[in-house]
Amino acid sequence: MADFLFYLFAALTVGSALSVALNRNAVNAAMSLFLTFFGMAGLFVLLEAYFLAVLQIMVYGGAVVVLFAFIVMLLDVDNRKLKPVGALSYAAGVVAAALLLTAALWLFHKNQLTAPELPAEAVGSALKVYGRQLFTTYLLPMQIAGFLLLVAMIGVIVISRKSDAADAASDESRS
Amino acid sequence: MTISLNAFLLVAGLLFAIGFFGVLLRRNTLVLYMCLELMLNATTLALVAFSRFNGTPDGNTFVFFIITVAAAEVAVGLAIIVQLYRQRRTVQVDELTALKD
Repeated sequence: MADFLFYLFAALTVGSALSVALNRNAVNAAMSLFLTFFGMAGLFVLLEAYFLAVLQIMVYGGAVVVLFAFIVMLLDVDNRKLKPVGALSYAAGVVAAALLLTAALWLFHKNQLTAPELPAEAVGSALKVYGRQLFTTYLLPMQIAGFLLLVAMIGVIVISRKSDAADAASDESRS
Repeated sequence: MTISLNAFLLVAGLLFAIGFFGVLLRRNTLVLYMCLELMLNATTLALVAFSRFNGTPDGNTFVFFIITVAAAEVAVGLAIIVQLYRQRRTVQVDELTALKD
């Protein structure tokens, strides 16, 4: 059963990731991105990282994808006047991805990473472990992460403020 | 579970390769950014898999921080893209050549 679920979620993740990379419509790409994150959450469940699976859905599915979709709709990118993808850049993309994948495959094949037998209760599965780790071993990174979120929030507000140059540009395009 | 670590790493490698392919191929800044997110997620998956098969919870805690930073990064990046669109009226990489010209 776990095997079947792994193949299902792996196929979902990789298939929708391909859709993100190849879809011409940005809104469809955002929706495919959500499916990718959902498949990854499934893989996290199979790895017994239940908390991370929930976090993946909440943060990536709930916040990041919605933000992407919102910005895509806000910017209203016109797909019709787009230049088609050049053959050279297509070939470069394919070759680069194939090289990367070949290296990864070769490495996996060569090193034969064996998976040891696991304890019945996986270490990372309990929420308690996260709580204890976050507030003892990783207390300082936790504080820094919180501060980082504050900095990011202020940064976003400052960046997305309408500047005078932007006003001038929008007036120019309107007239 | 009979699925080996290699299988998870292979999925992570595939995801990373697809994201890389998308970054090289696409011309829309927003989709480019989505592909970057894919690459980041591939590394996350590899980290969780390693953590599970190593039997230590530390990797999962790192992923917690990675998700936090990624959320902040997406917000800032999208704000920059919106500001870029306001200044230039385009998000296509081909047309953003101010430094080249």
